Amino acid sequence: MIPRVEASRASQTGVWAGIAGITMMFTALTSAFVVRQGSGMDWIHFRVPALLYVNTLVLLVSSGTLELARPRVSRAAALGDAMAQGAAIWVAVTLALGLLFVCGQVLAWRNLVAQGLLLASGPSTAFFYVFTVVHALHVLGGIAGLLYLWRRLGQAPAFLAQPVYGAATLYWHFMAVLWLYLLLLLTVRL
Amino acid sequence: MTTPQVRETKAKIAELKHEAPTSFWRKNVFSLDHKMIGKQYLGLALVAVTVGMILSWLMRLHLGFPKFAIPGLSAVYPNGAAGGVMTPELYLSLMTMHGTIMVFFVLTTAPFAGFGNYFLPIQVGAEDMAFPRFNMMSFWVTFVAFLVLVAAFFVPQGAPISGWTAYTPLSAVGKDAGPGQGLGQTLWGLSIAIFCIGQLLGSLNFIATTLDLRTKGMTLARMPYSTWAWFITSVIGLIAFAVLLPACLLLVLDRVAGTSFFIPAGLVISDRLQPHSGGSPLLWQHLFWFFGHPEVYIAILPGFGIISHILAAHIRKPLLGPRVLIGCMAAIGFLSYIVWGHHMFLSGMNPNSAMLFSVPTLIITIPATIATLLWIGSLYGAKLRFTAASLFCLGFISVFVSGGISGFFLAQPSIDIYLHGTYFVVGHFHFVMGVAAMFGIFAGTYFWFPKMFGRFMNETLGKWHFALTLIGVYGIFMPMHYLGLAGNVRRYAAFTDDYMQSAQPLHAFITIAALFTGAVQLLFFINLIYSRFRGPAAPENPWQATTLEWSTASPPPHNNFGDRHPVVYRGPDEYGVKGPEGDYLMQTDPTGA
Repeated sequence: MIPRVEASRASQTGVWAGIAGITMMFTALTSAFVVRQGSGMDWIHFRVPALLYVNTLVLLVSSGTLELARPRVSRAAALGDAMAQGAAIWVAVTLALGLLFVCGQVLAWRNLVAQGLLLASGPSTAFFYVFTVVHALHVLGGIAGLLYLWRRLGQAPAFLAQPVYGAATLYWHFMAVLWLYLLLLLTVRL
Repeated sequence: MTTPQVRETKAKIAELKHEAPTSFWRKNVFSLDHKMIGKQYLGLALVAVTVGMILSWLMRLHLGFPKFAIPGLSAVYPNGAAGGVMTPELYLSLMTMHGTIMVFFVLTTAPFAGFGNYFLPIQVGAEDMAFPRFNMMSFWVTFVAFLVLVAAFFVPQGAPISGWTAYTPLSAVGKDAGPGQGLGQTLWGLSIAIFCIGQLLGSLNFIATTLDLRTKGMTLARMPYSTWAWFITSVIGLIAFAVLLPACLLLVLDRVAGTSFFIPAGLVISDRLQPHSGGSPLLWQHLFWFFGHPEVYIAILPGFGIISHILAAHIRKPLLGPRVLIGCMAAIGFLSYIVWGHHMFLSGMNPNSAMLFSVPTLIITIPATIATLLWIGSLYGAKLRFTAASLFCLGFISVFVSGGISGFFLAQPSIDIYLHGTYFVVGHFHFVMGVAAMFGIFAGTYFWFPKMFGRFMNETLGKWHFALTLIGVYGIFMPMHYLGLAGNVRRYAAFTDDYMQSAQPLHAFITIAALFTGAVQLLFFINLIYSRFRGPAAPENPWQATTLEWSTASPPPHNNFGDRHPVVYRGPDEYGVKGPEGDYLMQTDPTGA
């Protein structure tokens, strides 16, 4: 069995490596975005749907609710075999907010479609959909992780769930930071 | 009778304790064990290399004997090879699939994912990879990618014809660009995107395992060369595949969703104005080669590690400058990210930009040269044990030098502009990336086979395999340099009616050498299969080597070291010293520590 401390460190390292890979992916997309904007005369400027700002708020709040679980997990883990009472609720709230964010993004896409701004309408809309869909897919990955964490908190002592909590939290916060970057990029450059 | 809940709980406990799986599927198919996953990767590479080699035979037969009707080819390709003589389009599709299969599914999977999966956790003293589920997913995702790619052979109009680099805009516009550029090219894009996901999962696992699951005493400085090489390769892969993945996504969107990322306005192909606007074909080249050049090192750096690891055990003394050697590998990995433009000297780039890419390309030859000199210098005064594994190590150095020297020429734009579109480049990259990496794979197979299967491979067959392969590959790729210098363009199906007719006898010679070299590989296949079942039993440490994989049973048990956790007291290079079992001290030996 892999010792607990090593498992915890490995989870964190794994997420950091994942963050490096995802950052590189969005860096490549950003460079493509900048090059493409300068290469043709077909760039259509449009305003991003206002709903994105509400979604942003939802994602930021979800990062906060996940943090509310931290002291409960840490306290219970320090006690040995104790379960992290109450932590699962905050994880569930985060999960719900994460799903709400994705639903909000779907509504934003529908809003654009209703305006006739489709994926193939022009390079700006194409990049908008690519950035937001790829980000939403990564958020869904985070939701799967949170679901696993939620189950773990309900079934296992807190010391076993703690590495999962650390890794899931790191990833989830990164999703929020990444989204803030994308929102800034899309708002300024579209 | 057990309820589902009880079964689930037992399974969880077993997983936490890292117990061996009992069901056939968990043991052999959807296994979480890094050793089985490593073997699965190696098996996939074996299938892929067979397909890739057959494709190269077909291409070479046509290049060497353009009027020769290849028996059975017209039955497989009624349109592409009526009468058994292939059309230029069919030739291009074989070339595309050969390159793609070899680069992605052989040179990446075998030395990195295959051997790395099997041996990295054992060499650092871990029970398994950090994330066994991701590890399993990594293999099966790669397997699906292979199936998707191979499916391109069977769709209407067949496999794509745009080469393994899939240059846009012809790879992005669809079937107007030629046979195979329809569904076949879309499958290519999807396959490579899926492949990237698999390799990203693998890289993540390698990094976390190396950094966090090392056993007591296994400091970074005590890690074997091969572990270092896999670790550095995984860092390179993490960044490189993360760029190719979105590039393939944009390519597929251009093809199926009507976007214009890579397709310019006003493009007319096959007399049809393409309904796209404003895209940049060069953007694809930048994204592709930002991945593509590091990919060269993803293929070759594991070979650096493997042959360093094997050489040390065979010369019975430490390699010269072990830390310098590791530093060279790291430097090559870093520099690989700032040289991608040397693949694009012909793209019309500003000469000043070309110089910016040329200088680091020349600089990258410095660590590569230092590493080579360290290997050669280490051989001085050594009592080399001549085994099939050590011979393939020497062969690796030979072909790496032969291919590397031509790299000096190609790094300079003024020379590359003349040579880039010729067979000089084909000879160069096949030597330095293809053959060298394959020699690393062969060396690794002969060396680690006893550990993996508990049986020796036949050494006599192995030595014949080495000697004949070495002659064969030089017969194939050395003449290509002369062809290139003579101006023989690459990517052409045949040279029957043009100024290159005088080179036809040389092409025929290369074809015979290729058929010979391919046939010689039967020795390897026969040796593999025979030795797997009938080879002499191998002890725990048959090569008197020092690293952790030789301190456990052959083959290792499910959790690698039984119930014990190995403790490491020294580095991996303790050869030529007096030890309890001979002229070496194992990493686990506490003597004098």
